[in-house]
Amino acid sequence: MADRPAKSGKPRGNLPPLSLHVPEPQYRPGDKVDYSGLSIPPAGAQPRPDESCAPSETYPLCTDLIRVLDDENRAVGPWDPRLDAETLRRMLRIMALTRALDDRMYRAQRQGKTSFYMKCTGEEAVSVASAFALADDDMVFPSYRQQGLLIARGYPLVEMINQVYSNRADRLKGRQLPVMYSARDFGFFTISGNLCTQYPQAVGWAMASAIKGDTRIAVSFIGEGSSAEGDFHSGMTFGAVYNAPVIFNIVNNQWAISSFSGIAGAERTTFAARAIGYGIAGLRVDGNDTLAVYAAMRWAADRARANMGPTLIEHFTYRAEGHSTSDDPAAYRSAEEREEWPLGDPIARLKLHLIALGEWSEEQHEAMDREVAEEVRASSKDAEKSGILGHGMHHPFKTMFEDVFEELPWHLQEQAEQAIRERRIKWPNWKE
Amino acid sequence: MTQEESPVSLAEAPTRRLNMIEAINDALDIMLERDSNTVILGEDVGYFGGVFRATAGLQKRYGKTRVFDTPISEGGIIGVAVGMAAYGLRPVPEIQFADYIYPGLDQLISEAARLRYRSAGEFVAPMTVRAPFGGGIFGGQTHSQSPEALFTHVAGLKTVVPSTPHDAKGLLIAAIEDNDPVIFFEPKRIYNGPFDGYYDHPATPWNKHDGSLVPEGYYSLPLGKARIVREGSAMTVLAYGTMIHVAEAVLREKGVDAEIIDLRTLVPIDIHTVEKSVEKTGKCLVIHEATRTSGFGAELLALVQERCFYHLEAPVERVTGFDTPYPHSLEWAYFPGPVRIGEAVDRLMAV
Repeated sequence: MADRPAKSGKPRGNLPPLSLHVPEPQYRPGDKVDYSGLSIPPAGAQPRPDESCAPSETYPLCTDLIRVLDDENRAVGPWDPRLDAETLRRMLRIMALTRALDDRMYRAQRQGKTSFYMKCTGEEAVSVASAFALADDDMVFPSYRQQGLLIARGYPLVEMINQVYSNRADRLKGRQLPVMYSARDFGFFTISGNLCTQYPQAVGWAMASAIKGDTRIAVSFIGEGSSAEGDFHSGMTFGAVYNAPVIFNIVNNQWAISSFSGIAGAERTTFAARAIGYGIAGLRVDGNDTLAVYAAMRWAADRARANMGPTLIEHFTYRAEGHSTSDDPAAYRSAEEREEWPLGDPIARLKLHLIALGEWSEEQHEAMDREVAEEVRASSKDAEKSGILGHGMHHPFKTMFEDVFEELPWHLQEQAEQAIRERRIKWPNWKE
Repeated sequence: MTQEESPVSLAEAPTRRLNMIEAINDALDIMLERDSNTVILGEDVGYFGGVFRATAGLQKRYGKTRVFDTPISEGGIIGVAVGMAAYGLRPVPEIQFADYIYPGLDQLISEAARLRYRSAGEFVAPMTVRAPFGGGIFGGQTHSQSPEALFTHVAGLKTVVPSTPHDAKGLLIAAIEDNDPVIFFEPKRIYNGPFDGYYDHPATPWNKHDGSLVPEGYYSLPLGKARIVREGSAMTVLAYGTMIHVAEAVLREKGVDAEIIDLRTLVPIDIHTVEKSVEKTGKCLVIHEATRTSGFGAELLALVQERCFYHLEAPVERVTGFDTPYPHSLEWAYFPGPVRIGEAVDRLMAV
């Protein structure tokens, strides 16, 4: 029993009592969705300051939305990166490949081949265009929805699927939840399941690069939900204090599992506007516009590499599917949101742009879709030869105890012996 | 001296008398000089040289990009250190007081401790987190705690506590050179001199103690190796940090021929030295300053019970701080000093 009354204040004249505000999204399951109230500025209308500008010059862009692709699928305005058609086709293909991998892995999870999967459907432009804008050896500290970046850097699909299946060929030895990739040689930092921890780490890596007089920069991604973590603040503070060569990305896909962006503060201001309080550059970009994402990321990368310090980029996008295979978005949001999303689908928009340029066709697109699906199918079959989760083809028992420390201490040696003893009882026919 | 120390030929090295702060400063100086990847960061560690002076003069000698002040953000300090270590540096972050380390726990437990495991060796976090810990300086509840058990519970972290200037220098160098993350707790009550547990006695400076004879130049003491402070046959005393000196004083006064073992490294613990001693003496007393419940003493008791049960002649005794926050005015009522230790010794000797 509480020993103090929960309400103890005295009435104060005619002041109404205090009331708590709990943000509520506009639409819940079954609701008709109407995004006409959402402010979407026209493409091409946003000024592009020089990469070496004072941070304050970017502040109008923190509440604007950098857009390049217009309603007629043309690239317009000062942020148009003027990429050649071949580069655009490569980006399109990698985005399609990412989506095809997601679709197949989602089904594989439903078929019981693994425990868990996370798609990035609708957000492919963020990671793929970023990969094209960065140098291949820039270090990325990702969250769990940047698989497109790993694919764009040429990481083999079969290695990704081995990881998802936690099989015998998994380079991470079956230790990590599916999609928590790590690929040092591809500049891809080991993904943590703890949110936003990678922000200060990216800053530390960037500070080290600056201490050593290196030329590489660090780039980190989080979702809008985890911008509420303390690590966000410490990462931003250290990044600003030491003028670290780092790019902070907030992928605002509107939903953190079932909590809409308002629960992370979106009712008050944009996420890009966080940059203002730290005195660093900030950009807010249409995350479904491949060209705009490329342009913003390239701007921030050139700035960081020129020792001009960090940039915060908010990628305004929409999480088209559930948070993960363990989530059912129909339980908390309107199914119409995805269709009504005013910024469309990133793959469809880039495709239409290429068609408008006369550099692509529906037929070519269909053929590409078939090719990437086949590429994923073949890689998937290849990976399955090394096993799927829970079917015994995992790493040898003793690897469970390796890499806790560089060397195996006595207590882990003893525990490893116990695990092998137990194995002989539990699975007498086991062969390593 | 134990056998393990002999390869570093400390016997021939010229020595100086240093207090523990000077020894730690010396270790940091040597590692900054030897390895250009060593960097020191923390609150007030730069120009000022740290609130306990552990980094005095180092920024001047090695420059601002090697030794620098940080924002007041322990989570940030440890988080950026993880990133620096992943890059290839050997960061030595200082947490001003161990009591302030908690905002950095996620970065230590979920990140530093697990990088090697979760990336299958692709990324590692060779970093040494230094933090003054323990009470006895009227620091109140926020400048007195001994949180070592939080870290010994974490797979992938090593935890080290020195008890003399000689050990502090050698262990700190070993910790910085280690390729795994190390938590290095410095017992601040004995920064300036060993402490016998009698708060009302005049303080003894280090220069009256053999542990202040610190070899010049580079040497390291292996992690995971305990030190037998005093050989004996009546009981085995397992302790670390400040409590080594308190235990020594109490047992000397009582004239008990105890074998006192300074664990030095809590994880991985030197189980061989512990077993050998308890098998010889048949009795065991565990002492730490930290709170009792789920403290590291519980682990020590379990290990001794599991591995030495048939050699034990008496129940294993445990002397600790009380399960309260560290009180300011009643600090010396809280501290596991000569009376509490003395009673436990008497109980063991009565069996």
